[in-house]
Amino acid sequence: MFNPTVASLTVRATLGRRRAFLFAIPAVVLIVLTLAVRATHPAGTSWAAQVLGDFGFSVLLPLTALILGTGVLGAEIDDGSAIHLLATPVSRSSIVVTKAAVAAVLTMLFAAVPELIAGLLAPNTGKLAVALFVGALVGSVIYNAVFVLASVVTTRAIAVGLLYVLIWESLLANFVGGARILSIAHYSLGIANAIYPDKDLNAGLGLSTSLVLGLVVTIGALVLASRRLSAFAITGEPA
Amino acid sequence: MTVIELSSVSRWYGNVVAVNDITMSIGPGVTGLLGPNGAGKSTILHMIAGFLAPSKGTLTVHDVPTWQNTEIYRILGLVPERDSVYAFLTGEQFVRATARLHKLPDEDAATRRALEMTDMEAAKDRRISTYSKGMRQRIKVAAALVHDPQILLLDEPFNGMDPRQRLHMMDLLAKLGAEGRVILFSSHILEEVEKLSGTIQVMVAGRLAASGDFRAIRRLMTSRPHVFNVRSSDDRRLAAALVGRPYTAAVELTGSGGLQVRTSDFGAFCAQIATITRDNGIALRELLPTDESLESVFGYLISSQGS
Repeated sequence: MFNPTVASLTVRATLGRRRAFLFAIPAVVLIVLTLAVRATHPAGTSWAAQVLGDFGFSVLLPLTALILGTGVLGAEIDDGSAIHLLATPVSRSSIVVTKAAVAAVLTMLFAAVPELIAGLLAPNTGKLAVALFVGALVGSVIYNAVFVLASVVTTRAIAVGLLYVLIWESLLANFVGGARILSIAHYSLGIANAIYPDKDLNAGLGLSTSLVLGLVVTIGALVLASRRLSAFAITGEPA
Repeated sequence: MTVIELSSVSRWYGNVVAVNDITMSIGPGVTGLLGPNGAGKSTILHMIAGFLAPSKGTLTVHDVPTWQNTEIYRILGLVPERDSVYAFLTGEQFVRATARLHKLPDEDAATRRALEMTDMEAAKDRRISTYSKGMRQRIKVAAALVHDPQILLLDEPFNGMDPRQRLHMMDLLAKLGAEGRVILFSSHILEEVEKLSGTIQVMVAGRLAASGDFRAIRRLMTSRPHVFNVRSSDDRRLAAALVGRPYTAAVELTGSGGLQVRTSDFGAFCAQIATITRDNGIALRELLPTDESLESVFGYLISSQGS
């Protein structure tokens, strides 16, 4: 299933791209924000769950995953180099799974790990930091499966992903309870909240719901993406 | 022996018909797919390579449809027209990565052989981003050949090559064809394929307009009528000299100075114009073929084939 050659090509392409530094920006912002809040708030006030839960899970994690997840395969499809990969007998599901896995691991490095660092920087948050870290690890996997699917289905994957993150997750899911059922941020929060319950996290889903839905969404996205890639067509006549 | 078989294949995009009811069979040796831009050549190649489904008709390689059939890539190599490769890799890394994707038992030997065949050994350790157009073309061929495929499809392989690189590529294709491989390439420039032998399929506006031996088409090409604009140190003397030649159909002194020469034999005129001016002590200042659309050239070929 996992193809090491595809993985190493993907890592080199992703980190070598000029916009590589982009996905480090949300992480830097989170850490700077944490330091700023820590400096301005008296010890003893509790703000970590809000900063880390809100910014970390509704901005840092989804945006990092969005850039990485839509880029690992989408960038190659856009510039046409994907054809060199697709003109080989490597199974399409293997390509999709490997690409999503690489994006997930990079998201963990650029979002989950900074989330852990920020969590440890905030006062009295040892256990909360770990809970958020675990939630972010799981979220990295789900987000990237979905964003890889988006990049195979549409050439406007980033726009679609942004709409999902900003409108559905940040707006609807916070005001309309039912929308949380389809919110990856809420699966991640649900898991974090189960490890370290904190009402400031505003977790709307329980552990089992989060896990089951997360699994279903991940596998569903990977299967759909593989199918879509099997029918990859070069359209249009180049002039 | 037929390897690639198209029967009544059509492909349309919305209302636009790119390929219209094409039937052809392609066997071992070199086959050129010629036609002006937009004639549907790339569409045909993409369909054969399994990257596009025919809207109608059947397309098979060894009697198996290629659409959604990844197994086909074990015996088929594709050199796409677009220049996008993993430019951050060196030439050798790119070919080797392709060998790995094919899970070849001996990737070292396969990589070496492919680089050697395409004459890319000297540049193999340079990043592809530093390559010239011709070298990029060759490294793509090397990657497409690494698994020793029976079929090699090349989309406009001579695009952007200088004459030396073009000759080298033609030699390589001829050699591969002589080894019994099926080599199918597309080109929109007739003159590009002069040195090749084999069969050609001429496409115009999505239809298969003519097919046949390279030599027959080449003969038609070199004897096609053509109009040139000529400027020289003595236009009237040159006109007199040209009128005496059998291939000159008409000579006209144009108002702005200079000559317009209509010739019935493109090849002979081109071969002799330099000698004629020199022998008559005339200096040739300008020799311009008048703009003629590719369509008209192909159109001429088709009409002469039919007659």
